[in-house]
Amino acid sequence: MNPIRMSRRPFMSTSPTAPGSAESTAGIQGRRVFLKVMAAAAGGLTLGIFSVDPARAATAKSGKTAASGPEFAPNAFLRIAPDSSVTVIVKHLEMGQGTYTGLPTLVAEELDAAWSQVKVEGAPADAKLYNNLQWGTMQGTGGSSSMANSFEQYRQAGAAARAMLVAAAATRWKVPADAITVKRGVVSQGDRKASFGELAAAAAKEPVPASPKLKDPKDFVYIGKHVPRSDSKAKSTGTAIYTQDVKLPGMLTAVVAHPPRFGAGVKNIDAGGLKGLPGIRFVVEVPNGVAVVANSFWDAKRGRDALKIEWDETTGFKYSSSDILADYKRLATTPGKVARNDGDAAGALAGAAHKLDAAYEFPYLAHAAMEPMNCVIRFDAGRAEVWNGEQYQTVDQAAVAKSLGLEPAQVTLHQLYAGGSFGRRANPHSDYLLEAAAIVKGMAAQGKRGIPVKLVWTREDDMQAGYFRPAYYHRLQAGLDAGGNVVAWQHRIVGQSILDGGPMADMIKNGIDPTSVEGAANLPYAIGNLHVDLHSPQVGVPVQGWRSVGSTHTAFSTETLIDELAVAAGKDPVAFRKALLASQPKHLSVLELVADKAGWGQPLAPSRNGAKRARGIAVHESFDTAVAQVVEVSVNADKSFTVDRVVCAVNCGLAVNPDVVRAQMEGGIGYGLSAALFGEITIKDGGVAQSNFNDYRVLRINEMPAIVVHIVPSAAAPTGVGEPGVPPIAPAVANALAAATGRRLRKLPLHLSA
Amino acid sequence: MPIFFVNKVRIDIAASVPGDTPLLWILRDSLNLTGTKYGCGKALCGTCTVLVEGQPARSCQVPLSSIKLGTDITTIEGLKTREALALQAAWEKLDVPQCGYCQSGQLMSAAALLTRNRHPSDADIDDAMAGNICRCATYARIRAAIKDAGRSLG
Repeated sequence: MNPIRMSRRPFMSTSPTAPGSAESTAGIQGRRVFLKVMAAAAGGLTLGIFSVDPARAATAKSGKTAASGPEFAPNAFLRIAPDSSVTVIVKHLEMGQGTYTGLPTLVAEELDAAWSQVKVEGAPADAKLYNNLQWGTMQGTGGSSSMANSFEQYRQAGAAARAMLVAAAATRWKVPADAITVKRGVVSQGDRKASFGELAAAAAKEPVPASPKLKDPKDFVYIGKHVPRSDSKAKSTGTAIYTQDVKLPGMLTAVVAHPPRFGAGVKNIDAGGLKGLPGIRFVVEVPNGVAVVANSFWDAKRGRDALKIEWDETTGFKYSSSDILADYKRLATTPGKVARNDGDAAGALAGAAHKLDAAYEFPYLAHAAMEPMNCVIRFDAGRAEVWNGEQYQTVDQAAVAKSLGLEPAQVTLHQLYAGGSFGRRANPHSDYLLEAAAIVKGMAAQGKRGIPVKLVWTREDDMQAGYFRPAYYHRLQAGLDAGGNVVAWQHRIVGQSILDGGPMADMIKNGIDPTSVEGAANLPYAIGNLHVDLHSPQVGVPVQGWRSVGSTHTAFSTETLIDELAVAAGKDPVAFRKALLASQPKHLSVLELVADKAGWGQPLAPSRNGAKRARGIAVHESFDTAVAQVVEVSVNADKSFTVDRVVCAVNCGLAVNPDVVRAQMEGGIGYGLSAALFGEITIKDGGVAQSNFNDYRVLRINEMPAIVVHIVPSAAAPTGVGEPGVPPIAPAVANALAAATGRRLRKLPLHLSA
Repeated sequence: MPIFFVNKVRIDIAASVPGDTPLLWILRDSLNLTGTKYGCGKALCGTCTVLVEGQPARSCQVPLSSIKLGTDITTIEGLKTREALALQAAWEKLDVPQCGYCQSGQLMSAAALLTRNRHPSDADIDDAMAGNICRCATYARIRAAIKDAGRSLG
């Protein structure tokens, strides 16, 4: 039967549909395409009509099909085909931040390739070849480290290939290597020219240089210039393939019923309601719920919604955000583990002429990437394959292997574009991957192996089943002397550790999770008496890193309190900061640039509707990149407000792709504004109160401020840009609101009417 | 048997396909038109936007049973109007996408806007595009690209 048919026949044609004609194409461009799709349950695997070639999936720039013949692969990072296409293998996930453009740029630069001949491919899981050089032996993407750790490595890869092509040409033309030039993919000497493809086979026989000479930066043709993104076309035509789009022969879709409280188990499953529903194939209990596996997403979701599950709530988390906050407030009255202790902060505070004592509240936050969590998995005898926007290859590969009783090398990971992540796909516990593994393991127990299954979380699952940026509570006390100088700073932070119990737990030293105090323990301001301590309570809410991690909260408390101190001291907030940052050139560079470009100190144009307008500033370093932002707000009589304009300055060392740097600052500001203005996951009776974008508001286009980004010129090694745009925006907005109204907001999200 | 058109191709749906099935999943799972994305399932994010008779619609909230006989549906794969091509060119020129997952929906909404108004104001763009969420916050570039595309059309 062919319940859904697609044909190039005119509407209401009298010609009968050809029954049972061939069906095997993914496109709709064929002269006559005929589809059939299984709707009613029955037995056979009938959805295997289309298949996405996984190898194509993460390939950003499509080029001509490679001509037959051997490829020249001088190292793990590139291949040159006989058709001269240069395929760069990118070891980091492309989740929007531009790795599929930035890393290939490094290869193209040193190889002197034409950008148009460059293709991009995601690397497989291989911690020996593709480890993150900042993470030791682990492969993964995070901490805004992709460019920083790859800068030398990918340039060397390109330079080695170039040297081998040149050596091959020198041999062929019988000239010295230094007589040969390479420009935009053409190797030449005098009138003689050769393409990369023509030389590839000969180059492959040349010795691989151990430390090829890299270009003098003054000779860069791509680095620091404009190079278009490799993925814009695919992402503007609907052809980019994400995990959500993978379709394999015989693939089924799984949707999971998760418990209403974190940690609750399954007591009883009544699947009677699934009888007669179309497409249902398996019902599988998994550690965190019950999966319904069906022929399509809608069949699976319909089935999931028809399950009647009795939950065992004895093990479930039972508290609400208000309980957690009350606990944190109590904890904050007692000393925590010391993260930094300079001088005698308590003594200096006691003797200060003017004291500020402030408490800050930060809610749990969802990442809420546009692509809800998902992955595709196939488990067969002795091997498993996973299709995913992989951010944590080594961890995920090991976790899936362990779950399925395999060795890590028996688990193949296929890299795909991620439809956002913001940290979510680097889950320390491989949560959604293990859920998928549990499903195919359960199917195997029912005798069904080798069937690919796509696990799809609904938006509600994505928002309610974890993981979250932890909630935090800060207490900050600071003192000024009679001259308005900061003499004491005491900062206490309370909140869950995101490293505890995960693969990076050995980063916790002396009870201090560095990601909980980053941005606070390394406060850049010159304050002689400074004390930072930390409580890391264990709470049954699943947590993990969220774009810019510790700085999501530490930047807010430190940058709003420093602003408050400036006002208390009767000093200009920029001048006050600059005096305390005299030995911090990176901070100073962005502070001075942003103040200049924003017209700091000059009057703002008045609003047309009588709203109060004001500027606010914040500066913060994260992942070795310093960012300062000046925000302009308008506050209306009803206490509503708008963020009108943001001027941003960034010092990220050498900006390999200035437009990508600008885009990341724009996006970081927008992402941070969502949290500053709306973001709040509320825990109620052990579960999440929010469910979708109606009650978890995020920034929309009408709320996006005008943004101008300025990049500090620098020849230093590049540092990250994916995250550092986020931290300054919330404190800059709060400081602007304080300047407009006199009110200091210390609870996020920011509400003047509260 | 419901009959409609997707990108000018006739689609025949058997009576056995449940009427509650959203158009989104017919497109994605049955017709393999995966350019249209799933984002929220509640018409809150705009990621699944397609054109139904030229008007933007959230396909996750268009049940099969509501699709009238002969309805013309356009997805990103079939978006070939002058306005659409100008938008896609502007999207590329300004490197609008980051993760890119929402951009099909953004382009569908933008195409509908530009088709009725070649030179939209900021307020027009806000009205037409506020239903499309982009978590990468590419909004400033979306705005600029819509205007750029409008200019290129004269």
